[in-house]
Amino acid sequence: MSLWKVFSRGIIEENPYFVLALSLCPGLAVTTSVVNGLTMGLTVWFVITSNNVVVSIIRKTINKKVRVPVYITCIATIVTCVQLFLQAYAPDLYKALGVYLDLVVVFAIILARAESIASKNGIVVSFLDGMGMGVGFTIAMIVISVVRELFGNGTLLGIPMFGPTYQPALILALPPGAFMLIGFLMAGLKMWNESREKAKQLKGSEG
Amino acid sequence: MEYFTLFVGAVLINNFVLTKFLGLCIFFGVSKNLNASIGMGFAVTSVITMSTVLAWLLYNFVLVPFGLTFLRTISFVVLIASFVQLLEIIIKKQSPTLYNMWGIYLMLIATNCIVLSVPVISVTNEYGFLENLVFAVGSGLGFALALILMASCREKLDFADVPHALKGTPIAFIVAGMLSLAFLGFSGMI
Repeated sequence: MSLWKVFSRGIIEENPYFVLALSLCPGLAVTTSVVNGLTMGLTVWFVITSNNVVVSIIRKTINKKVRVPVYITCIATIVTCVQLFLQAYAPDLYKALGVYLDLVVVFAIILARAESIASKNGIVVSFLDGMGMGVGFTIAMIVISVVRELFGNGTLLGIPMFGPTYQPALILALPPGAFMLIGFLMAGLKMWNESREKAKQLKGSEG
Repeated sequence: MEYFTLFVGAVLINNFVLTKFLGLCIFFGVSKNLNASIGMGFAVTSVITMSTVLAWLLYNFVLVPFGLTFLRTISFVVLIASFVQLLEIIIKKQSPTLYNMWGIYLMLIATNCIVLSVPVISVTNEYGFLENLVFAVGSGLGFALALILMASCREKLDFADVPHALKGTPIAFIVAGMLSLAFLGFSGMI
Protein backbone atom coordinates (compact mmCIF):
# COMPACT_ATOMS: atom_id res chain seq x y z
CA MET A 1 0.00 0.00 0.00
CA SER A 2 1.40 3.37 -0.95
CA LEU A 3 2.08 5.95 1.73
CA TRP A 4 -0.47 8.33 0.24
CA LYS A 5 -3.09 5.62 0.56
CA VAL A 6 -2.16 5.09 4.23
CA PHE A 7 -2.80 8.77 4.85
CA SER A 8 -5.88 9.30 2.74
CA ARG A 9 -7.95 6.25 3.71
CA GLY A 10 -8.72 7.83 7.09
CA ILE A 11 -10.46 10.76 5.44
CA ILE A 12 -13.36 9.10 3.64
CA GLU A 13 -13.23 5.34 3.09
CA GLU A 14 -12.28 4.55 6.66
CA ASN A 15 -13.46 7.75 8.26
CA PRO A 16 -13.05 6.96 11.97
CA TYR A 17 -16.28 8.66 12.87
CA PHE A 18 -18.87 7.88 10.21
CA VAL A 19 -17.60 4.60 8.80
CA LEU A 20 -15.72 2.88 11.60
CA ALA A 21 -18.22 4.46 14.05
CA LEU A 22 -15.71 4.54 16.88
CA SER A 23 -15.57 7.12 19.68
CA LEU A 24 -19.00 8.54 19.14
CA CYS A 25 -19.53 10.55 22.31
CA PRO A 26 -17.43 13.64 21.49
CA GLY A 27 -19.21 14.19 18.18
CA LEU A 28 -22.51 14.51 19.95
CA ALA A 29 -21.45 16.19 23.13
CA VAL A 30 -19.11 19.01 22.18
CA THR A 31 -20.35 19.91 18.71
CA THR A 32 -22.87 22.58 19.75
CA SER A 33 -20.42 25.22 18.50
CA VAL A 34 -17.76 25.13 15.79
CA VAL A 35 -14.99 26.31 18.13
CA ASN A 36 -15.62 23.45 20.59
CA GLY A 37 -15.88 20.87 17.81
CA LEU A 38 -12.69 22.10 16.18
CA THR A 39 -10.76 22.03 19.47
CA MET A 40 -11.91 18.48 20.13
CA GLY A 41 -10.95 17.47 16.59
CA LEU A 42 -7.48 18.98 16.88
CA THR A 43 -6.95 17.43 20.32
CA VAL A 44 -7.77 13.97 18.99
CA TRP A 45 -5.62 14.61 15.91
CA PHE A 46 -2.63 15.50 18.08
CA VAL A 47 -3.15 12.65 20.55
CA ILE A 48 -3.67 9.96 17.93
CA THR A 49 -0.62 11.00 15.89
CA SER A 50 1.77 11.34 18.80
CA ASN A 51 0.51 8.15 20.40
CA ASN A 52 0.99 6.24 17.15
CA VAL A 53 4.56 7.52 16.92
CA VAL A 54 5.38 6.73 20.56
CA VAL A 55 3.88 3.24 20.38
CA SER A 56 5.69 2.59 17.10
CA ILE A 57 9.03 3.57 18.67
CA ILE A 58 8.63 1.39 21.77
CA ARG A 59 6.73 -1.45 20.08
CA LYS A 60 9.62 -3.90 20.27
CA THR A 61 10.22 -3.41 23.99
CA ILE A 62 6.61 -3.93 25.10
CA ASN A 63 5.71 -7.32 26.51
CA LYS A 64 2.68 -8.56 24.58
CA LYS A 65 0.76 -9.38 27.76
CA VAL A 66 0.79 -5.87 29.17
CA ARG A 67 0.50 -3.96 25.90
CA VAL A 68 -2.97 -2.51 26.48
CA PRO A 69 -2.11 -0.94 29.87
CA VAL A 70 1.08 0.44 28.30
CA TYR A 71 -0.86 2.03 25.43
CA ILE A 72 -3.40 3.51 27.83
CA THR A 73 -0.69 5.00 30.02
CA CYS A 74 0.95 6.58 26.94
CA ILE A 75 -2.39 8.03 25.81
CA ALA A 76 -3.21 9.31 29.30
CA THR A 77 0.15 11.08 29.51
CA ILE A 78 -0.34 12.83 26.17
CA VAL A 79 -3.90 13.80 27.06
CA THR A 80 -2.75 15.24 30.39
CA CYS A 81 -0.23 17.41 28.49
CA VAL A 82 -3.01 18.71 26.22
CA GLN A 83 -5.21 19.38 29.26
CA LEU A 84 -2.51 21.38 31.00
CA PHE A 85 -1.81 23.30 27.77
CA LEU A 86 -5.49 24.21 27.25
CA GLN A 87 -5.94 25.07 30.91
CA ALA A 88 -3.06 27.53 30.68
CA TYR A 89 -3.75 29.15 27.29
CA ALA A 90 -7.50 28.70 26.71
CA PRO A 91 -9.26 28.29 30.07
CA ASP A 92 -12.71 29.00 28.56
CA LEU A 93 -12.35 26.19 26.06
CA TYR A 94 -11.05 23.92 28.79
CA LYS A 95 -14.21 24.59 30.78
CA ALA A 96 -16.48 24.14 27.76
CA LEU A 97 -15.01 20.74 26.89
CA GLY A 98 -15.07 19.70 30.54
CA VAL A 99 -15.20 15.98 31.18
CA TYR A 100 -15.00 15.11 27.48
CA LEU A 101 -11.35 16.15 27.41
CA ASP A 102 -10.60 13.54 30.09
CA LEU A 103 -12.44 11.01 28.02
CA VAL A 104 -10.07 11.33 25.06
CA VAL A 105 -8.03 8.77 27.02
CA VAL A 106 -10.58 6.03 26.48
CA PHE A 107 -11.51 6.84 22.88
CA ALA A 108 -11.63 3.49 21.17
CA ILE A 109 -10.23 4.92 17.93
CA ILE A 110 -6.90 5.87 19.50
CA LEU A 111 -6.42 2.49 21.15
CA ALA A 112 -7.58 0.70 18.01
CA ARG A 113 -4.99 2.45 15.81
CA ALA A 114 -2.23 1.80 18.35
CA GLU A 115 -3.14 -1.87 18.43
CA SER A 116 -3.78 -2.46 14.73
CA ILE A 117 -1.26 -0.11 13.05
CA ALA A 118 1.38 1.35 15.35
CA SER A 119 2.27 -1.91 17.09
CA LYS A 120 3.05 -3.56 13.76
CA ASN A 121 4.48 -0.81 11.54
CA GLY A 122 7.40 1.59 11.42
CA ILE A 123 7.35 5.23 12.47
CA VAL A 124 6.54 6.72 9.04
CA VAL A 125 3.50 4.53 8.40
CA SER A 126 2.22 4.99 11.95
CA PHE A 127 2.67 8.75 11.74
CA LEU A 128 0.83 9.01 8.41
CA ASP A 129 -1.96 6.75 9.64
CA GLY A 130 -2.39 8.91 12.72
CA MET A 131 -2.45 12.07 10.58
CA GLY A 132 -5.05 10.60 8.23
CA MET A 133 -7.30 9.39 11.04
CA GLY A 134 -6.89 12.74 12.78
CA VAL A 135 -7.89 14.66 9.65
CA GLY A 136 -10.90 12.40 9.13
CA PHE A 137 -11.98 12.84 12.73
CA THR A 138 -11.52 16.63 12.62
CA ILE A 139 -13.53 16.88 9.41
CA ALA A 140 -16.35 14.89 11.02
CA MET A 141 -16.33 17.22 14.04
CA ILE A 142 -16.39 20.31 11.79
CA VAL A 143 -19.25 19.01 9.61
CA ILE A 144 -21.44 18.16 12.59
CA SER A 145 -20.70 21.34 14.51
CA VAL A 146 -21.23 23.61 11.48
CA VAL A 147 -24.71 22.15 10.91
CA ARG A 148 -25.62 22.29 14.58
CA GLU A 149 -24.36 25.82 15.20
CA LEU A 150 -25.72 27.23 11.94
CA PHE A 151 -29.25 25.89 12.27
CA GLY A 152 -29.50 25.34 16.01
CA ASN A 153 -28.20 28.75 16.96
CA GLY A 154 -28.21 30.81 13.75
CA THR A 155 -24.51 31.63 14.04
CA LEU A 156 -21.19 30.50 12.61
CA LEU A 157 -18.11 30.90 14.81
CA GLY A 158 -20.29 33.17 16.94
CA ILE A 159 -21.24 35.53 14.08
CA PRO A 160 -25.00 35.77 13.31
CA MET A 161 -25.65 34.47 9.78
CA PHE A 162 -29.35 34.89 9.10
CA GLY A 163 -30.17 38.28 10.62
CA PRO A 164 -32.35 38.96 13.67
CA THR A 165 -35.60 37.50 12.30
CA TYR A 166 -34.25 33.92 12.13
CA GLN A 167 -35.88 31.49 14.54
CA PRO A 168 -33.22 28.92 15.47
CA ALA A 169 -34.19 25.25 15.22
CA LEU A 170 -33.47 24.62 18.88
CA ILE A 171 -33.76 20.85 18.59
CA LEU A 172 -30.42 20.69 16.77
CA ALA A 173 -28.66 22.27 19.72
CA LEU A 174 -30.28 19.78 22.12
CA PRO A 175 -29.28 16.11 22.54
CA PRO A 176 -32.12 14.52 20.47
CA GLY A 177 -31.24 16.61 17.43
CA ALA A 178 -27.61 15.54 17.72
CA PHE A 179 -28.53 11.84 17.65
CA MET A 180 -30.84 12.23 14.66
CA LEU A 181 -28.45 14.46 12.70
CA ILE A 182 -25.66 11.90 13.04
CA GLY A 183 -28.03 9.12 12.03
CA PHE A 184 -28.87 10.96 8.81
CA LEU A 185 -25.26 11.96 8.11
CA MET A 186 -24.18 8.32 8.47
CA ALA A 187 -26.94 7.20 6.12
CA GLY A 188 -25.88 9.85 3.59
CA LEU A 189 -22.24 8.82 3.68
CA LYS A 190 -23.22 5.16 3.38
CA MET A 191 -25.24 5.91 0.23
CA TRP A 192 -22.39 7.95 -1.22
CA ASN A 193 -19.81 5.23 -0.54
CA GLU A 194 -22.09 2.60 -2.07
CA SER A 195 -22.72 4.59 -5.23
CA ARG A 196 -18.95 5.11 -5.59
CA GLU A 197 -18.40 1.36 -5.22
CA LYS A 198 -21.01 0.72 -7.89
CA ALA A 199 -19.41 3.23 -10.25
CA LYS A 200 -16.04 1.55 -9.70
CA GLN A 201 -17.49 -1.89 -10.48
CA LEU A 202 -19.17 -0.59 -13.65
CA LYS A 203 -15.90 0.94 -14.79
CA GLY A 204 -14.12 -2.34 -14.05
CA SER A 205 -16.57 -4.44 -16.06
CA GLU A 206 -16.38 -2.09 -19.05
CA GLY A 207 -12.56 -2.05 -19.04
CA MET B 1 -34.44 14.51 50.20
CA GLU B 2 -31.24 15.98 48.85
CA TYR B 3 -29.95 12.50 48.07
CA PHE B 4 -33.23 11.57 46.45
CA THR B 5 -33.01 14.58 44.14
CA LEU B 6 -29.46 13.67 43.24
CA PHE B 7 -30.50 10.08 42.52
CA VAL B 8 -33.48 10.99 40.32
CA GLY B 9 -31.32 13.58 38.60
CA ALA B 10 -28.68 11.00 37.73
CA VAL B 11 -31.15 8.35 36.56
CA LEU B 12 -33.61 10.41 34.55
CA ILE B 13 -32.78 14.07 34.07
CA ASN B 14 -29.07 13.92 33.38
CA ASN B 15 -29.23 10.41 31.96
CA PHE B 16 -25.67 9.62 30.99
CA VAL B 17 -26.41 8.03 27.65
CA LEU B 18 -29.25 10.11 26.36
CA THR B 19 -28.31 13.60 27.52
CA LYS B 20 -24.54 13.37 28.08
CA PHE B 21 -23.74 10.90 25.30
CA LEU B 22 -21.46 8.75 27.43
CA GLY B 23 -21.08 5.01 26.97
CA LEU B 24 -22.38 5.13 23.41
CA CYS B 25 -20.07 2.36 22.19
CA ILE B 26 -21.67 -0.14 24.56
CA PHE B 27 -25.08 1.43 24.06
CA PHE B 28 -25.08 0.81 20.31
CA GLY B 29 -22.96 -2.34 20.43
CA VAL B 30 -24.92 -4.41 22.92
CA SER B 31 -28.46 -3.13 22.43
CA LYS B 32 -29.26 -5.55 19.59
CA ASN B 33 -30.22 -8.21 22.11
CA LEU B 34 -32.42 -7.74 25.18
CA ASN B 35 -30.88 -10.45 27.38
CA ALA B 36 -27.35 -9.23 26.71
CA SER B 37 -28.50 -5.69 27.52
CA ILE B 38 -29.88 -6.68 30.91
CA GLY B 39 -26.62 -8.44 31.83
CA MET B 40 -24.54 -5.54 30.56
CA GLY B 41 -26.69 -2.95 32.34
CA PHE B 42 -26.15 -4.56 35.71
CA ALA B 43 -22.47 -5.30 35.09
CA VAL B 44 -21.92 -1.62 34.27
CA THR B 45 -23.90 -0.46 37.31
CA SER B 46 -21.83 -2.54 39.72
CA VAL B 47 -18.49 -1.66 38.13
CA ILE B 48 -19.34 2.06 38.11
CA THR B 49 -20.38 1.98 41.75
CA MET B 50 -17.27 0.19 42.97
CA SER B 51 -14.77 2.05 40.83
CA THR B 52 -16.29 5.43 41.67
CA VAL B 53 -15.96 4.71 45.37
CA LEU B 54 -12.33 3.64 44.89
CA ALA B 55 -11.55 6.66 42.72
CA TRP B 56 -13.12 8.98 45.30
CA LEU B 57 -10.95 7.52 48.04
CA LEU B 58 -7.84 7.76 45.86
CA TYR B 59 -8.57 11.36 44.90
CA ASN B 60 -9.42 12.66 48.36
CA PHE B 61 -6.87 10.74 50.40
CA VAL B 62 -3.92 10.54 48.03
CA LEU B 63 -4.04 13.04 45.18
CA VAL B 64 -5.40 16.06 47.07
CA PRO B 65 -3.12 15.85 50.17
CA PHE B 66 -0.01 15.47 48.00
CA GLY B 67 -1.06 18.16 45.50
CA LEU B 68 -1.10 15.74 42.58
CA THR B 69 -4.56 16.52 41.22
CA PHE B 70 -3.18 16.99 37.70
CA LEU B 71 -2.54 13.25 37.65
CA ARG B 72 -6.30 12.64 37.94
CA THR B 73 -6.81 11.25 34.45
CA ILE B 74 -3.85 8.87 34.48
CA SER B 75 -4.47 7.57 37.98
CA PHE B 76 -8.19 6.99 37.41
CA VAL B 77 -7.62 5.12 34.17
CA VAL B 78 -4.96 2.89 35.68
CA LEU B 79 -7.07 2.35 38.82
CA ILE B 80 -10.19 1.36 36.88
CA ALA B 81 -8.37 -0.88 34.42
CA SER B 82 -6.54 -2.77 37.14
CA PHE B 83 -9.63 -2.96 39.34
CA VAL B 84 -11.70 -4.50 36.55
CA GLN B 85 -8.93 -6.97 35.82
CA LEU B 86 -8.84 -7.94 39.49
CA LEU B 87 -12.61 -8.29 39.58
CA GLU B 88 -12.45 -10.57 36.59
CA ILE B 89 -9.87 -12.84 38.26
CA ILE B 90 -11.87 -12.99 41.51
CA ILE B 91 -15.16 -13.76 39.78
CA LYS B 92 -13.50 -16.42 37.64
CA LYS B 93 -12.15 -18.18 40.74
CA GLN B 94 -15.15 -17.72 43.02
CA SER B 95 -18.13 -18.14 40.74
CA PRO B 96 -17.69 -19.64 37.28
CA THR B 97 -21.45 -19.31 36.57
CA LEU B 98 -21.36 -15.58 37.14
CA TYR B 99 -18.20 -15.41 35.06
CA ASN B 100 -19.91 -17.11 32.14
CA MET B 101 -22.69 -14.54 32.33
CA TRP B 102 -20.59 -11.42 32.84
CA GLY B 103 -17.04 -12.25 31.87
CA ILE B 104 -17.21 -11.03 28.30
CA TYR B 105 -18.69 -7.69 29.35
CA LEU B 106 -16.11 -6.95 32.00
CA MET B 107 -13.24 -6.36 29.59
CA LEU B 108 -15.42 -4.17 27.40
CA ILE B 109 -16.25 -2.04 30.43
CA ALA B 110 -12.63 -1.57 31.53
CA THR B 111 -11.84 1.20 29.07
CA ASN B 112 -15.23 2.72 28.64
CA CYS B 113 -16.04 6.38 28.82
CA ILE B 114 -18.99 6.07 31.19
CA VAL B 115 -16.94 4.27 33.83
CA LEU B 116 -14.23 6.93 33.68
CA SER B 117 -16.56 9.91 33.50
CA VAL B 118 -18.65 9.21 36.60
CA PRO B 119 -15.66 9.51 38.99
CA VAL B 120 -14.33 12.53 37.08
CA ILE B 121 -17.67 14.36 37.28
CA SER B 122 -18.04 13.35 40.90
CA VAL B 123 -14.69 14.83 41.94
CA THR B 124 -15.12 18.00 39.86
CA ASN B 125 -18.45 18.61 41.62
CA GLU B 126 -16.71 17.95 44.96
CA TYR B 127 -19.29 15.46 46.17
CA GLY B 128 -19.00 14.00 49.69
CA PHE B 129 -18.70 10.25 50.17
CA LEU B 130 -22.45 9.48 50.42
CA GLU B 131 -23.39 11.85 47.61
CA ASN B 132 -20.72 10.21 45.51
CA LEU B 133 -22.17 6.75 46.19
CA VAL B 134 -25.75 7.82 45.39
CA PHE B 135 -24.60 9.57 42.22
CA ALA B 136 -22.68 6.49 41.06
CA VAL B 137 -25.58 4.07 41.65
CA GLY B 138 -27.99 6.48 39.95
CA SER B 139 -25.77 6.92 36.91
CA GLY B 140 -25.35 3.17 36.54
CA LEU B 141 -29.06 2.48 36.81
CA GLY B 142 -29.81 5.30 34.37
CA PHE B 143 -27.47 3.66 31.89
CA ALA B 144 -29.09 0.25 32.44
CA LEU B 145 -32.55 1.76 31.96
CA ALA B 146 -31.61 3.45 28.69
CA LEU B 147 -29.88 0.32 27.42
CA ILE B 148 -32.85 -1.94 28.18
CA LEU B 149 -35.33 0.50 26.60
CA MET B 150 -33.16 0.76 23.53
CA ALA B 151 -32.76 -3.01 23.21
CA SER B 152 -36.53 -3.50 23.41
CA CYS B 153 -37.00 -0.96 20.61
CA ARG B 154 -34.32 -2.52 18.43
CA GLU B 155 -35.71 -6.03 18.78
CA LYS B 156 -38.97 -4.71 17.36
CA LEU B 157 -37.06 -2.79 14.70
CA ASP B 158 -35.83 -6.05 13.19
CA PHE B 159 -39.32 -6.67 11.86
CA ALA B 160 -39.81 -3.15 10.53
CA ASP B 161 -39.32 -2.11 6.93
CA VAL B 162 -36.42 0.32 7.24
CA PRO B 163 -35.20 2.22 4.14
CA HIS B 164 -32.00 0.65 2.81
CA ALA B 165 -29.67 3.58 3.56
CA LEU B 166 -30.86 3.83 7.16
CA LYS B 167 -30.38 0.16 8.02
CA GLY B 168 -28.10 -0.71 10.94
CA THR B 169 -26.42 2.08 12.87
CA PRO B 170 -28.19 5.09 11.29
CA ILE B 171 -31.68 3.99 12.33
CA ALA B 172 -30.36 3.11 15.79
CA PHE B 173 -29.18 6.71 16.12
CA ILE B 174 -32.56 8.06 15.12
CA VAL B 175 -34.32 5.80 17.64
CA ALA B 176 -31.86 6.99 20.29
CA GLY B 177 -32.76 10.56 19.32
CA MET B 178 -36.42 9.85 19.98
CA LEU B 179 -35.67 8.21 23.33
CA SER B 180 -33.57 11.23 24.18
CA LEU B 181 -36.49 13.48 23.26
CA ALA B 182 -38.66 11.53 25.70
CA PHE B 183 -36.05 11.88 28.45
CA LEU B 184 -35.89 15.62 27.77
CA GLY B 185 -39.42 15.72 29.15
CA PHE B 186 -38.08 14.79 32.60
CA SER B 187 -36.03 17.97 32.79
CA GLY B 188 -38.95 19.94 34.21
CA MET B 189 -39.39 17.52 37.11
CA ILE B 190 -37.12 19.17 39.67
